[in-house]
Amino acid sequence: MEKQLMTFHVNGETQEVAASPTHTLLEVLREELDLTGVKHGCELGQCGACTVLVDGSPMLSCLMLAIEAQECEITTVEGLAQGNTLHPLQQAFAERGAAQCGYCTPGFLLSGAALLAENTHPTRDEIQVALAGNLCRCTGYTKIIEAVELAAERMRSVSEAH
Amino acid sequence: MTTRIFGSGIKRREDPRLITGQTRYTDDFQLPGMVYMVVVRSPHAHARITSIDISAAKASPGVVAVFTGQDVPLPGVPCAWLVPGSDLKTPAHPVLAKDTVRYVGDGVAIVIATNRYLAQDAADLVQVSYDVLPAVVNPEDATKDGAPLVHDDVPNNIAFRWVASSGDEGVDNAFNEAAASGVVVQERIVQQRLLPTAMEPRSAVAQWDQFAEELTVYSTSQNPHIARFILSALTGVPEHKLRVIAPEVGGGFGSKIPVYPDEALTAWASMKLGVPVKWTETRSENYQVTIHGRDHIEYVEMAATNEGKITGIRGKVYAGMGAYLSTAAPGIPTILHGLMYSGAYTIPNIRCESIGVMTNTAPVDAYRGAGRPEATFLVERLVDRLAAKLNMDPVELRRKNLIPPFENGHNVAIGLTYDSGNYEGALNKLLSIVDYDGFRREQAAARQQGRLLGIGVTTYSEICGLGPSQVAGAVGFQGGLWESAIVRVSPAGKVQAMIGASPHGQGEETTFAQIISDELGFPVEDIEIVHGDTDRTPMGWGSYGSRTTPVSGAALVLAARKVKEKARAMAAHLLEASVDDIDYADGKFMVRGSPDKFKTIQDATLMATLAWNLPAGMDPGMEASQFYDPPNFAYPFGAHAAIVEIDPETGTVALQRYVAVDDCGPQINPMIVEGQIHGGIVQGVGQALCEGVVYDENGQLLTGTMMDYAMPRADMFPTFELDSTVTPSPHHPIGVKGIGETGTIASTPTIYNAVMDALRPLGIEQIEMPLTAPRVWKAIQDARAKGGA
Ligand code: FES
Ligand code: FES
Repeated sequence: MEKQLMTFHVNGETQEVAASPTHTLLEVLREELDLTGVKHGCELGQCGACTVLVDGSPMLSCLMLAIEAQECEITTVEGLAQGNTLHPLQQAFAERGAAQCGYCTPGFLLSGAALLAENTHPTRDEIQVALAGNLCRCTGYTKIIEAVELAAERMRSVSEAH
Repeated sequence: MTTRIFGSGIKRREDPRLITGQTRYTDDFQLPGMVYMVVVRSPHAHARITSIDISAAKASPGVVAVFTGQDVPLPGVPCAWLVPGSDLKTPAHPVLAKDTVRYVGDGVAIVIATNRYLAQDAADLVQVSYDVLPAVVNPEDATKDGAPLVHDDVPNNIAFRWVASSGDEGVDNAFNEAAASGVVVQERIVQQRLLPTAMEPRSAVAQWDQFAEELTVYSTSQNPHIARFILSALTGVPEHKLRVIAPEVGGGFGSKIPVYPDEALTAWASMKLGVPVKWTETRSENYQVTIHGRDHIEYVEMAATNEGKITGIRGKVYAGMGAYLSTAAPGIPTILHGLMYSGAYTIPNIRCESIGVMTNTAPVDAYRGAGRPEATFLVERLVDRLAAKLNMDPVELRRKNLIPPFENGHNVAIGLTYDSGNYEGALNKLLSIVDYDGFRREQAAARQQGRLLGIGVTTYSEICGLGPSQVAGAVGFQGGLWESAIVRVSPAGKVQAMIGASPHGQGEETTFAQIISDELGFPVEDIEIVHGDTDRTPMGWGSYGSRTTPVSGAALVLAARKVKEKARAMAAHLLEASVDDIDYADGKFMVRGSPDKFKTIQDATLMATLAWNLPAGMDPGMEASQFYDPPNFAYPFGAHAAIVEIDPETGTVALQRYVAVDDCGPQINPMIVEGQIHGGIVQGVGQALCEGVVYDENGQLLTGTMMDYAMPRADMFPTFELDSTVTPSPHHPIGVKGIGETGTIASTPTIYNAVMDALRPLGIEQIEMPLTAPRVWKAIQDARAKGGA
């Protein structure tokens, strides 16, 4: 299939790339935009490793055609921090030891960040449900869930202070 | 008072790059001019190849080359654990099948194209004609006369038959006596096949430099030095011209120990074509061809007196090996399994017979725990069966048989010397956290109401920290098991430590920096741990068998201590004092009695590096290297408990509490230890409750995707309650033992026994794992039909 020019808004920047209209967002992010923080674990929508935010919602980038994401704001793990300030969830992941091999981590961070953007008072059940589409083989999930709780607590105290 | 960083849960030094996406795993590398390889695989479990037509594939757009088994001159992939005394057959494992395919996924051709999409398109055009042959998938059935032969040169599909025994006569006597005047319990256990499922699929990127005649291979490996060793043997590139880099590696759990045909083909293709070549498996390839774990059918029994003293244990194990013997495969159901039958107990008579069986399935090799989870499961299962038969409390029965506390060596009947243990200590701590007696009261009340509430308690000891090289040789492992480390202090006062082991998620960049910080007084931020690159690190045998901290960590400690002694001598020289008069604390060497007269380790390093004025006989520089071959294995242990409730209407098992008390000696970083235990427990619970590979009778893999193979998810678990006891290993310089596999080893029997305890009022004694709701529901229905409560 002929490549065609596409424009993406990724991590706050506008980028133009030539890509095949049959390629997924995962493929274009990794292969054309060198955003290799986006991982793949199945390319069938079953593991969550490829999760990115599309207009703030967590999406499996392996199931979405890149061409469909053209007008949207896309956030990958590379764009989660604000400048040099880590997202509270990134901070909490480090403090709780929620990453081991790190391969699933970008997907969890984006699923978790999406939850926290909507709800800074998530119950444990809500966290577990929000993360149930992301698989991790290393951590047993406990520290990931704790990290989301810690980040939620911090985000609450920041928003309540304002 | 020296401050110690040992024992503090400092943040992981790996994390900044992992949580921001600023790191590279193998598949993230893009090299200029790189082409992409796809392996054409057999859709049949057993078939003769009658023809292969590659013309259409060759003519497909972007295709660079297509090769079949006839074109690739590589020798077969070797098996590297040749268990002695077992009449081992090692059938050839060609990198591409030439005439016969032996499992679904066996490679028959490779297609290389300018991108992976074109390579995949062309791979679909390779026309292979097959004559389908009958297949065999069940390891017990495969040994029967008339079963299809996977390899013509392996009669009855038996690759090896291995026996470990404390003495056959004694074992027979124990069982005869128990049958006459005591008790014997038996069980047929199916240890179902599991998929390791590292979240990162395997991948390799090979780059041949034809001018320097050097080969670089980026590879998802747990042991790059072993990978180099084997790739060198396969490609003919000498080891000093072959660099294997395991960059960031996304989990392994044993599945990234072996060298597979795929990595060798990638390397060969790069040499043949003179351009960099990348190969990355899909998840479906990962499930088809990356090694599987477990796959035992076991006949096991335990003998005891009527008072509950265990007098013997024996087992006969049919261990599925799959279609080829993978790198370490024969060692798993033998050395790492049969030698663990004593568990945490005093058992005078022990025998294990293990039969390695070829089947038309994916090769089986080490998966987290590797042989020890299977052993612990059968021991713990038999102990619970025995308790039920004797109508004794299973905890009391355990207590009666636990090996008493020991600090420096305890011999078990099967010939191992455990290093240290206090099993009763761990058990007592566990029971008080669980409130065992309180639970039993609650359970009795619940049973009155028809509720199915159960508890499982495991006491375990395991063998890790593999291991003395002499033992490796004696048991046929075709490698050493030592590690080495280099500790180098730069003139500017930073430390670089190079290790041969290759952590891939276990956090040793952090814990090893903590070790050095304690030994040498440098802040953790000034210490870098280098691993995973054969050109940058000294030789080592890799990260598996919970050996990185026990073995590589010991090499590191001793290397750091050498540096410290050199720095002390240098400081003494600069201070014009005798070495014997120099005290050390927090990175400073002080003249005894005048603490204001001191030199820091940085001062000593700078002056030793400048070498303007060295003490007589001292070489310049500040570095040391150390080889370390452990004198024994390490034996972590502990006690776990699970409380479950089963919904009698649906069969759903709800895990209500999980409590683990583990002892891995002193903990360098408790946060990292906890993470290892959590992950291990969840993998073991996965085996008990949801995971299991299914092949149909024709050898088709029915659990070929993550939708069909049920891995544990985030919403399945209660909060784990963890605690620990601390019993140092007597033979390790800082007393530590491994902790990477204990969770997996202990949790499967803990959950299983809890479920059986819950179902006891119904008279149910056994359900095949995984204990999914439909299976449990069916067992309840069957029991009720038979008139159970
Ligand atoms: S790669 Fe997209 S869900 Fe697995
Ligand atoms: S940290 Fe390794 S898969 Fe999650």
